[in-house]
Amino acid sequence: MAEAVAPPGRRVLAWAQEYGVYAAVGVLLLFNVLFTPHFLDVANFRTQLVQVAPIVIVSLGMALVIGTQGIDLSVGSVMALAAALVALYLGYGAWPALLVALVGGAVAGTAGGALVAYVGVQPIVATLALLVGVRGLANVLVPQLVEFRNPDLIALGSSSLYGVPVIVVIAAVLTLLMAFLVRRTTFGRQVVAIGGNRAASELSGLPVRRVLLLVYVVSGVLAALAGVLATARLQASDPTSLGLFIELSAITAVVVGGTPLSGGRIRVLSTVMGALLMQLLSATLIKHNLPQSWTQIVQAVIILAAVYATRERGTR
Amino acid sequence: MSQSAAPVLEARQISKRFPGVVALDGVSLALFPGEVHALVGENGAGKSTLIKVFTGVHRPDAGELIYNGSPAAFGTPLDAQRAGISTIYQEVNLVPMMSVARNLMLGREPRGRLGVIDTARMYGEAERILAGYGVVTDVRRPLRTLGMGVQQMVALARAVAIDARVVIMDEPTSSLEPREVETLFSVIRKLKDDGIAVVYVSHRLDELYAVCDRVTVLRDGKVAHTGPLAGLERLKLISLMLGRDLDEVKSGGLTRFSRDRRRAGKRDGAPPAVRAEGLTRRQVLHGVDVAVWSGEVVGLGGLLGAGRSETAKAIVGALRLDSGRVLVAGLPLRTGSTTAAVRAGAGLLPEDRKAEGIIPELSVRENIALAALPSLSRAGVVSDAKIDKVVEVFMRRLKIKAASPHQPVQELSGGNQQKVLLARWLAIRPKILLLDEPTRGIDVGAKAEVQALVDELAEEGLGVLLISSDLEELVEGADRILVMREGAVVGELSGDDVTEDKIMASIAERGAESDG
Ligand SMILES: Nc1ncnc2c1ncn2[C@@H]1O[C@H](COP(=O)(O)OP(=O)(O)OP(=O)(O)O)[C@@H](O)[C@H]1O
Ligand SMILES: [Mg+2]
Repeated sequence: MAEAVAPPGRRVLAWAQEYGVYAAVGVLLLFNVLFTPHFLDVANFRTQLVQVAPIVIVSLGMALVIGTQGIDLSVGSVMALAAALVALYLGYGAWPALLVALVGGAVAGTAGGALVAYVGVQPIVATLALLVGVRGLANVLVPQLVEFRNPDLIALGSSSLYGVPVIVVIAAVLTLLMAFLVRRTTFGRQVVAIGGNRAASELSGLPVRRVLLLVYVVSGVLAALAGVLATARLQASDPTSLGLFIELSAITAVVVGGTPLSGGRIRVLSTVMGALLMQLLSATLIKHNLPQSWTQIVQAVIILAAVYATRERGTR
Repeated sequence: MSQSAAPVLEARQISKRFPGVVALDGVSLALFPGEVHALVGENGAGKSTLIKVFTGVHRPDAGELIYNGSPAAFGTPLDAQRAGISTIYQEVNLVPMMSVARNLMLGREPRGRLGVIDTARMYGEAERILAGYGVVTDVRRPLRTLGMGVQQMVALARAVAIDARVVIMDEPTSSLEPREVETLFSVIRKLKDDGIAVVYVSHRLDELYAVCDRVTVLRDGKVAHTGPLAGLERLKLISLMLGRDLDEVKSGGLTRFSRDRRRAGKRDGAPPAVRAEGLTRRQVLHGVDVAVWSGEVVGLGGLLGAGRSETAKAIVGALRLDSGRVLVAGLPLRTGSTTAAVRAGAGLLPEDRKAEGIIPELSVRENIALAALPSLSRAGVVSDAKIDKVVEVFMRRLKIKAASPHQPVQELSGGNQQKVLLARWLAIRPKILLLDEPTRGIDVGAKAEVQALVDELAEEGLGVLLISSDLEELVEGADRILVMREGAVVGELSGDDVTEDKIMASIAERGAESDG
């Protein structure tokens, strides 16, 4: 009912919602530059970015799904499946193995998307089933950690392009692609419209089910790619623990970035900022020797703040 | 109308600004106990905004509210309600998933010991209250399963049941059929007798003259006139709303449909623009046949619940059918696919604008472009230039009032939202348009414009299926009328038979217990 217009309090809130993540990242950077020794070291930057890259990639898909009022809990398990498939097919070379892993992600996404779009299962239930099932499948395929020596795959995980780790380059490129997808393509606009009002979108002739299905496929493929990249960096396939709880980090990034869980709006760059913020935050607290529990408490506070800010918009 | 008394609610020099628009500019209005006060004006004149200021939804930028003789500022709608100002908003805002009874009794459910809601008593009481409004329904059902009209009655019953001193109704009749309107009027008269002040917003002049004592006309956020309604000539009222000379209005700036002749539609051997055959769905539709030829307007008459909206939805594939098929320009449509229907050039302007029409958070521009996106893009990438052009054309043609094309559509006034939805369909260059209550919530000026537009489109060769509970609109707008009752077409009127009386008779004659 309320309108986010006149009173100054509201205006501040509207501003915080729009640019809060950027401001928070800026403040944190400044703090670190001033108070954290060696923060500006190139090595430190690289580590931070390499660590956050898989989360960013997964978050991009998550943002798309959340934009349709959905959620994808299966991303971590899909990463594990990708790790397992890579290990199994590495004998054919790194690229065929990568391809198989991505196809695996697409299949998992299709399963989730079909349940949501055609069967009408709630997204949280459908993807929860996949979270359990796909992890199980990955463990059956590769029961224990497998190390590998494929030079191509190892290079994917550890080489650099003009000094920037390849993983980071991939995440950046995907971010731009996703921003383009959301803003400039019919598919992206349809995703946002469906999240905003599904019944109206349907009456307007949008292919609602197909779009929903595709959204989960995209999320699955991105998760699979993140799984391959993480595996490449580890130089080992570890389906038992790879990607555990990453769905929570991804959802956090999306929410902190200001994308409302009620759908109808997707903020791609802010989502990436959300992921960076959480990464920086834990790095900062660790560097200043604060216990892990502190990090969690601060993260919780930030999530609540973000949810509060987006809630205002959602209920207008 | 006892105007000797002091006003119960008074607005003094209220101003309210939104980014890009001044919605209210020094508005003063005094409301006396026992009067029914009409609040009228064009779409976007500021009526709903003024009401929202009264009820604490908006805080005014300047001016003050006097309630019961002392300054008042309601922080939230709940505060206003507790103080005795009860409101029925333009868009039904109840909780769709909750039961009818819960919606009706929300916040004041009868409680047993331990503070647990006494559901049996709640259901009983809800049934009793609703029966008083001529609504007989299973109060345990979720509200959303009921028609818009019944929902509106629930909102009304809820607003009145609260012990109020002021009852505000923002376009309360937009979803009601004539019988329900009568019920509403008797409720209003009773409120009046009880000394309660009623604010009544409507674009239907007949209704104003039927129940209102005084009128305040808003124009562009300012008070253009205030005074007794009796003795105020209808055309004069319109001229005040539009801000035009009386003469200009009289000389026919306001003709509605150009009803000098009834078109026949182009039946030169070509297949109809749309033909529906044997549309059937258990409990809802029983073998409905409809055909609309290019260049004609076919009206669907009937009471609420006769299956008119359902027929329209079935035609565009938005309602699952047990059997039946639809052909557009002679080619069968894939059943159950709105995408196929839209691609073939059939569009439905839905009855429930908020739930099925607008995408509230998206801009006016994106809402207009939505259905036409595939043709406004190249290789899946949207073309800004093409969209801008289409949006500009239709915003101008339909005179859509918005701060900019980028304003979120939810911020537009109700009538302008409706025009945005019309623009969405015109943008696909349709072959057949299905209009379900197209002029609901549209002001007199815009109503004439929309009706003229429908005429014009038909002249250009579009087929139009028109659903309206406004019989006058149906008679003036349609070339041919199909009368529906209980999910079946029971009669067809054409030529000179298209009159209000004949429609009423046709609705009535087939039913045992006619209530037309
Ligand atoms: N929340 C808002 N934000 C921005 N502008 C708004 C908002 N609410 C209303 N407006 C603008 O204020 C003006 C008055 O709107 P209002 O809804 O009061 O009109 P109205 O007289 O009720 O019209 P209608 O007959 O179409 O319902 C319009 O130009 C509208 O676009
Ligand atoms: Mg209004």
